[in-house]
Amino acid sequence: MMQLIGSVSVGLILSLLALGVLISFRILAFRDLTVEGSIALGGAVAGTLLVSGWNPWLATFLAFLAGACAGTVTGILTTRLQINGLLAGILVMTALYSVNLRVMNRSNLPLFKEQTVVSMAQKAVSPDLKWTIGRWDIPVQEVLVVILVLAIIGLVSGIMYAFFKTNLGLAMRATGDNEQMIRALGVEVGWMLTFGLALSNGLVALSGALLVQYQGYADVQMGLGMVVWGLASVIIGESLVNSRQIGMLVVGTIMGSILFRLLVAIALRWGLNPNDLKLVTAVFVLIALVAPNAIDVARRKLSSLGKA
Amino acid sequence: MLDIENIKKTFHAGTPNEVRALQGVDLKIDDGSFVIVIGTNGSGKSTLLNAVAGSFIVDSGRIRLKGEDVTNWPEHRRAKYIGRVFQNPFTGTAPSLTIAENLALAAHRGRARGLGWALSPSTKTEMYERVRSMGLGLEDRLGNAIGSLSGGQRQSLTLLMAGLIKPDLLLLDEHTAALDPKSADQVIRLTEEVIRRDKLTTMMVTHSMQQAANLGDRLIMMVRGRIIHDFQGAEKRRLSPEDLLDRFEQVRRSDLLDETAASMLERQYV
Ligand SMILES: Nc1ncnc2c1ncn2[C@@H]1O[C@H](COP(=O)(O)OP(=O)(O)OP(=O)(O)O)[C@@H](O)[C@H]1O
Ligand SMILES: [Mg+2]
Repeated sequence: MMQLIGSVSVGLILSLLALGVLISFRILAFRDLTVEGSIALGGAVAGTLLVSGWNPWLATFLAFLAGACAGTVTGILTTRLQINGLLAGILVMTALYSVNLRVMNRSNLPLFKEQTVVSMAQKAVSPDLKWTIGRWDIPVQEVLVVILVLAIIGLVSGIMYAFFKTNLGLAMRATGDNEQMIRALGVEVGWMLTFGLALSNGLVALSGALLVQYQGYADVQMGLGMVVWGLASVIIGESLVNSRQIGMLVVGTIMGSILFRLLVAIALRWGLNPNDLKLVTAVFVLIALVAPNAIDVARRKLSSLGKA
Repeated sequence: MLDIENIKKTFHAGTPNEVRALQGVDLKIDDGSFVIVIGTNGSGKSTLLNAVAGSFIVDSGRIRLKGEDVTNWPEHRRAKYIGRVFQNPFTGTAPSLTIAENLALAAHRGRARGLGWALSPSTKTEMYERVRSMGLGLEDRLGNAIGSLSGGQRQSLTLLMAGLIKPDLLLLDEHTAALDPKSADQVIRLTEEVIRRDKLTTMMVTHSMQQAANLGDRLIMMVRGRIIHDFQGAEKRRLSPEDLLDRFEQVRRSDLLDETAASMLERQYV
């Protein structure tokens, strides 16, 4: 039960990452690998500021801004310097590894007694307070953490949804959908893409900042495999809601992230070697990307057989 | 209105694939005039329209629009003045957005886009009316993704979008070529209506001699990156589809002549 609550919390926190990936990969149709660097950047910035005694909310917000800067750099590299999008992301991701080490001054930064957003929620009640459901005793502190994270995700995704309903947000969605059309309607595509990547990586870094506060340490390696992780959540979300409406996509992505985290927890429980986790995730995404096509082809073959 | 002075454009300059798509085009278009553009495949019609719209910057020459020198303006900046419908119905609309959202995008053509709601209740009612007046029965499907519509429906909506804010110049590049005859007729009817109602200055490329003869008050014919004929006023009104076909035949013959001359020269000198 404790593990279940823990998985939900982490799934919620990582849903911000998945929303970032939704913006870059799906809405902007831009394969952005900056993500792996910017989630660690968010963690590094938040962790370092927290250790220096900054207000946790402010530290978290500054982590968002740091991620937005990283996304902006990728955007400028690809739109102004005409560097291939994949390569631009790889360059920034690589550079961020060193930046993150510089920010933290070490490769792993534990948070012991520092006040964090998470500890602030926990301190509202005593650690001994339990909530009994059936045969489980659930520490109320953990429940409060879930509620806090849920509130943050609700707020952020609500703002994101509203943004995509504004004139500016609509133009951003059209940029990924039909670049030529939106240019003919007077939108500078390069600027729009850069802005979108800033938003996307801001969300990713925000996710990193919350994750660090939840797990109690920042690590320079924490971005490894996160693009695929986010993609997996987005893909699960898409199949859950089966709709292209932006509101449904946002909700689906959040649900996808939680579900994916739960699936991983269950798989680990059943004896999946944690070392194999990334391999399994990658294979899962591969299948999810290939399967719809393969099913289509198979169906067409079947129906043509039926006719013959 | 539009003043084009000796523009030139060469693609892949200095390579074996070099194409001199525009070889010095001069064209002045008055306010409110409706210009038909015809010419053989590859004669530079689309390139001319793209040059005006700013899809690329011309190699030399000047383009003035509404008295402003737009020669070096990027495409998105010229969008303030120009409405466009493309040959491919997929080019003019964003498929995964709804009809209403596509219209909302067009309602801000060339204007600042801020954090106001794209689809306020008043915008929605206005769009409902606009779409209903097209008479295609699409007004009750404003919430559907535009990608689910037929090519003709999408082209009609693109036309509506191009005229949503009255453009100073409307560019139509074979916008009925990809449609079945019935949809093409419908879109042409709609085109005439919109142009007449709003007195739009228009350039329209077509391969249909019928359309070329019946529509517009001026006709230019392009061959190999140049304008070789320019019919206006009474002269344009008298043109029949057969006359136009004759002109094409003349072009073909002189091309042939060029070729025989070239091969004669080749035999003599090579
Ligand atoms: N972006 C481009 N890059 C390279 N070559 C181009 C480009 N656009 C046009 N061309 C070339 O320029 C020449 C003129 O093309 P254009 O599309 O203007 O012809 P068109 O008159 O519109 O012909 P059509 O009737 O077939 O549409 C062609 O040889 C074409 O291959
Ligand atoms: Mg053409």
